[in-house]
Amino acid sequence: MGAIGAGIAALGAGIGVGLIGRGALESMARQPEAIGDIRSNMILTAALVEGAALFAIVVGLLQGA
Amino acid sequence: MTNLFFLTDFSVIKPDPGLTFWTLLIFLLVWGVLGKLAFKPIQGALRKREQDIQTALDEAKKARDEMSHLKAKNEELLVEAREERSKMLKEAKEMKEAIVNEAKAKAKEEAQRVLSNAKQEIDNLRMAAMVDLQNQSGMLAIQVAEKILQRELKGDPEREAYVKTLVEGIKLN
Amino acid sequence: MLNLASFPMYAQDHGTEAASATHEEAHDTAAYDAVSTVMNHIADANEFHIWKGVHLPLPCFLYAPGEGWTFLSSGKFEHGHKAIDGYVLNHGRVNRIADPSFPKGEAHIEGIIHKEETMMSMGKEKKTDVYYAIHEGKEYKLDKPSTLDGGILGGGITSFYDFSITKNVMTMLLAAFLLIFIFVMVAKGYRKNDGKSPSGIQSFFEVFFVFIRDEVARPMIGEKHYERFQPFIMSLFFFILFCNLLGLLPIFPGSANVTGNLAVTLSLAVLAFIVTNINGKKHYWEHIFWMPGIPAWVKLILTPIEILGLFIKPFSLMIRLFANISAGHIIILSLIGLIFLFGKNGESLGGASAGIVVGGLFTAFMNLIELLVAFLQAFIFAILTASYIGAAVEEGHHEEAH
Repeated sequence: MGAIGAGIAALGAGIGVGLIGRGALESMARQPEAIGDIRSNMILTAALVEGAALFAIVVGLLQGA
Repeated sequence: MTNLFFLTDFSVIKPDPGLTFWTLLIFLLVWGVLGKLAFKPIQGALRKREQDIQTALDEAKKARDEMSHLKAKNEELLVEAREERSKMLKEAKEMKEAIVNEAKAKAKEEAQRVLSNAKQEIDNLRMAAMVDLQNQSGMLAIQVAEKILQRELKGDPEREAYVKTLVEGIKLN
Repeated sequence: MLNLASFPMYAQDHGTEAASATHEEAHDTAAYDAVSTVMNHIADANEFHIWKGVHLPLPCFLYAPGEGWTFLSSGKFEHGHKAIDGYVLNHGRVNRIADPSFPKGEAHIEGIIHKEETMMSMGKEKKTDVYYAIHEGKEYKLDKPSTLDGGILGGGITSFYDFSITKNVMTMLLAAFLLIFIFVMVAKGYRKNDGKSPSGIQSFFEVFFVFIRDEVARPMIGEKHYERFQPFIMSLFFFILFCNLLGLLPIFPGSANVTGNLAVTLSLAVLAFIVTNINGKKHYWEHIFWMPGIPAWVKLILTPIEILGLFIKPFSLMIRLFANISAGHIIILSLIGLIFLFGKNGESLGGASAGIVVGGLFTAFMNLIELLVAFLQAFIFAILTASYIGAAVEEGHHEEAH
């Protein structure tokens, strides 16, 4: 069960990070002058999404223990 | 399968108090030492360098401004000098012309004077010559007249005496 | 290329592990146990494994309540064959025999056996690993060092505490030494090259310094306060970065899973939490306990969430770094484990060769990704800490802006 939960969490994080990447790329294409700002904010948001996913994965693995 | 990780000891997820203690100690050491010995001086040096670059740029800009100012001034001076030169040239030309004209006029005048002097001389000479001629011709006429009279008067002593007085009178003139 | 070249070393490393495991755990089959090998490699240890059979002994500082302190070198344990004052080295980690009937001083250990026992905890049956040391034909239960998880993660307070200079502590000391050495040199370079352009190591690290200052500290904390917190953010970034990079080295001074150990990330996250909250201004606390500008009933819902968020922030910092680095180590070790799995633990040369090709290529690829992750996670830890500090020291000026 825990492993399945971890897998679902990774799926969610994957979708989330993908959406962030898409949004960032689109805005970079639209505003190449703001690439620096967009990039650091993208990394920040991706890290937050990933943090939630890792949280879920750890909890999932613990549940399995 | 669910406890794959826990079948064998997944020890890294269990925080060890010893490792926590050492991490805190080492990190605080790094923070303290680097903060004091490295990050503060580096930040200060970077800031100083930024300021130096700024002042250098400002100074360069100032120097450039001054330079262009000087250049403009130079240009102005140059233009002025050129004007002055052309003015001087013009004046010199005028002066030259004036001198030449004056000289010409003077020369003309001189020539005129010389000419008129010469003319006068010539006139004088001619006058003298004429006077001379007149005198000569007068004398000649008298002599002729005397000879004629002598011949005619040889016969008449009275007349002869008279003519003699006349001639004497002319000669006295 | 470097990764491929370092392969035989890994192979030998694992070979010994697998062999010693079969030697010690008599009831185990000869099969290569990929999972326990990986787990042993990412775990902390009281001795530093250098080469096949060569270990660097590390000093052990052990404390057992009632017994007091024990100081010794881990070399004295003879890799688990000798017990000293009831302490035994089990898979590189010091364990303790709490049984008072076990003799004090030096004692010979015939072997260490592994048993799975079912335990009742929180109304659930749980399987746990228990190790026994055999001394003169008698089995003595081994206690693991105490951990701070309160039993949730299978650890808890046991009969002793391990304050030793472990493999991780040594790697951290090495990272700290390198950092101090390098940055003091860099700082000296600034003094030497005052008014001149930077040179050598100074210009290499200036790029990182300026990057962290201009991309992390200044925009996240704000022009007014950033200089106060800059040393903290920089120390975090460089300390995590150096630990990550040392962990990626497959040879001796590296390979320790430092930032992939929860104790390390916990300490760093706790420091970040403390630094953030002792610098919290009125504006910050107001936004947590009584968010201005919203109806009272929303405040009642929001306040618990905000208070929870206060702790979730450093918690996510801790988990993120730990999970990323641990996962990286596990993946690389698993890919190398393919060599032994394909080679059927030395029986099939063809399988091992296939494993070397497949595992090697994947490891080379993963190592490059891990290099990126090493920088990225250090950067993320620094930038998130900076943004939390930035939120804490922010003045109320943006209030008027809305």
